[in-house]
Amino acid sequence: MFSSAGDSLLARGMKDLGNVSLHNLSSLILAVINPWVASGILLLITFFACYMSALSWADLTYVLPATSLGYVLVALVARFAFQETITPARSLGIALITIGVGFVAAGPSLTQRKHAELPAAETVSPEARP
Amino acid sequence: MNGVCTWAAIGLIVAASTAGDILLSYAMKKVGDVGELWKRQGLLKVITRALTMPAFFLGLLAMALAFYSLLFALSWGDLSLVVPASASLTFVANAFAARIFLHERVGKRRLLAALLVAGGVALMAI
Repeated sequence: MFSSAGDSLLARGMKDLGNVSLHNLSSLILAVINPWVASGILLLITFFACYMSALSWADLTYVLPATSLGYVLVALVARFAFQETITPARSLGIALITIGVGFVAAGPSLTQRKHAELPAAETVSPEARP
Repeated sequence: MNGVCTWAAIGLIVAASTAGDILLSYAMKKVGDVGELWKRQGLLKVITRALTMPAFFLGLLAMALAFYSLLFALSWGDLSLVVPASASLTFVANAFAARIFLHERVGKRRLLAALLVAGGVALMAI
């Protein structure tokens, strides 16, 4: 949710700024003072904190597909809150994402390794998670 | 020109965010379970531990590059193309990169899941 909302706010802000030329890349740095871009960045930072926490105890190939459920949530909000039309292609997209997330969620969240291969966490091992 | 710039930026987003994901995942596994660590030693310890990992900084740099590539791509192309295209390609690239660099067990289940999600995200843009 945070990721999708953040991306939408960034897009809104970048449309205000117009096309960025290759000869004027410094305007990309100044883009962060645009309120829409700044709000988008705040939401993306929140997403990042949640994402880092998940990566500390689960595989990247488990976490990444799971975060894609945000696309489905946004589509559902658009349909029921804003009465937007969901095309058949989008419905199929929602179905594929849901099936994909279901596939990965049904498997283990972390690759089991031998003790010697474990990351050097001092006090808490991710392997200790149930 | 718009199309070339947009797809070049999408390629850069995919490469940079895949590198960032791999580095950050590696660093966070070294940090340990954030929830447990927070409970036992406090949030400051978690943040300090993450910030002292070189891989974390490199991952952040790669993510920053991906972010600015995203801004660049969004200024040229439509949100409905840029975000789904870069996200779906990143899913597939990450599945292969995680297998090679993180030695994750990416079996048929996870590979199929990555392809399904990538296809689904691409369809959402239509």
